[in-house]
Amino acid sequence: MTLYVIETLIKILLVVLVFSALAGFATYVERRILAKFQRRIGPNLVGPFGVLQILADGIKLFTKEDIVPSGANEIIFRIAPVITAATAFIAMAPIPFFPEFEAFGMVIRPIISDINVGILFVLGVGAAGIYGPLLAGISANSKYSILGAARAAVQLLSFEVVSGLSLLAPIILVGSLSLIDINNYQSGGIASWLIFSQPIAFLLFLFAGYAELNRTPFDLLEHEAEVVAGFATEYSGMRWGMFFIGEYASMISLSFLVSILFLGGFNPLGFIPGGIAIVLKVMFFIFLFMWARAAYPHVRPDQLMGLCWRVLFPLALLNVLVTGFVNLGGN
Amino acid sequence: MAYIKIVDETTPKSNAQKFVQFWNRALSGEMFVGLWLVFKEFCSSKIHTVQYPLEKLPLSPRYRAVHELKRLLDSGNERCIGCGLCEKICVANCIRMETRYGEDKRKKVTEYTINFGRCIYCGLCAEVCPELAIVHGNRYENASEQRASFSLKQDMLTPIDKVLSGNDCEYEGVGSVSYDADLKIKQTPLMYLTKEESKADESGVKQDV
Repeated sequence: MTLYVIETLIKILLVVLVFSALAGFATYVERRILAKFQRRIGPNLVGPFGVLQILADGIKLFTKEDIVPSGANEIIFRIAPVITAATAFIAMAPIPFFPEFEAFGMVIRPIISDINVGILFVLGVGAAGIYGPLLAGISANSKYSILGAARAAVQLLSFEVVSGLSLLAPIILVGSLSLIDINNYQSGGIASWLIFSQPIAFLLFLFAGYAELNRTPFDLLEHEAEVVAGFATEYSGMRWGMFFIGEYASMISLSFLVSILFLGGFNPLGFIPGGIAIVLKVMFFIFLFMWARAAYPHVRPDQLMGLCWRVLFPLALLNVLVTGFVNLGGN
Repeated sequence: MAYIKIVDETTPKSNAQKFVQFWNRALSGEMFVGLWLVFKEFCSSKIHTVQYPLEKLPLSPRYRAVHELKRLLDSGNERCIGCGLCEKICVANCIRMETRYGEDKRKKVTEYTINFGRCIYCGLCAEVCPELAIVHGNRYENASEQRASFSLKQDMLTPIDKVLSGNDCEYEGVGSVSYDADLKIKQTPLMYLTKEESKADESGVKQDV
């Protein structure tokens, strides 16, 4: 029991450290890749290929003055970025990052907690994460911020139902909410991946994920063209940085989630061992995030609601219905 | 009033038509066209960035950057005669000069400042200068940490060794010294004065200069 507690604590520490570092690294990668898409260079002066830019940015964020605007609700204003960052990391608890492996003479399972409601937990914590921008926008005593918060509410109303419903169909097929079970369901090679039996669910979940993470096509919360920087207008220094660590960390965890749910997870892929296979998939999805950011314009709030409620929602319902009938017929 | 796309030939009338149009747009493959377009850019990796401090774009000879105060080619004295035209014409009101009469009854410039924080680099001062004493140089990197380095006259005056070695190039154009200026050159009033001085010295009469 003590061993289990210690092991879990070490895992939590590792996940938080590794993923906050990776989130920082993702900002660098994003800037470089986006620059290539836009015929620019991106950060290339600090360190080899500009890699140390993360460090420079970190120094800057940590040493900047922490401003609380006058008239703001100070407690909520200070807590809001913590909510975003914390929920991003809490959502990683039931995600199995790699297959089991043996080290130091014992079997290590790279998952913090294999609860049997894994997906529900991730979705629930992810939905709670929207409280970060929402409270930040409301408490900041600024019109831009409150517009950003209103858009956060619009976004929550739009994507949340779709992301839940789209996952219902693969869950019907697998018959379990645990991410490890879902992964094991797809262990029979590429043909058994859920993306082939559930292509609509894959697309819907991906779209809903983009909306959940405020990634660019659905980047309503900080819409450069309309709201100055949305909910984070009044934030400075590391409190601002925490929003973005949270955003990039949940970007990585969503990439893991999509890979596990629809693309076979950490099952070995031909001659590629499982651990490397999932890293490749995650890297592809992170690239896709940046690719979409370079390619697509922002959508208006009414367009997002229209898309989610008039296109994605009926498609998701239809998908669940068809999957249900097929599953009944199969049994 | 809603926005209407110009490319649409007919706007949908009934709700059913609107529904069909919405779904047609939602399910069309335009998304993938956009993705493919930017992916081609990603692969071709053309970079159009000028890496500024390391490489600089060429400037036009008529480029108007920080001023230079020119010297006379023969004697190395500054060309400014203290007429004050630049001060008068300056629309940003950033040039200030103080003059007085020197002991030789000629105008001397005692103070000459240009407030580069206010200068809009319109070029009027350089155009109006009758002696071509103030021209625009090509130093456009104006950032500095010290207030003093913005308007030191010594920095703006062409270095004397550059003048004497004949490397002080001037741009051809309206108001500039023509290429055959040496042939047209006449003696300056000062030269007559020094000649008379030397004559007076010879005759032993003390001149009140």
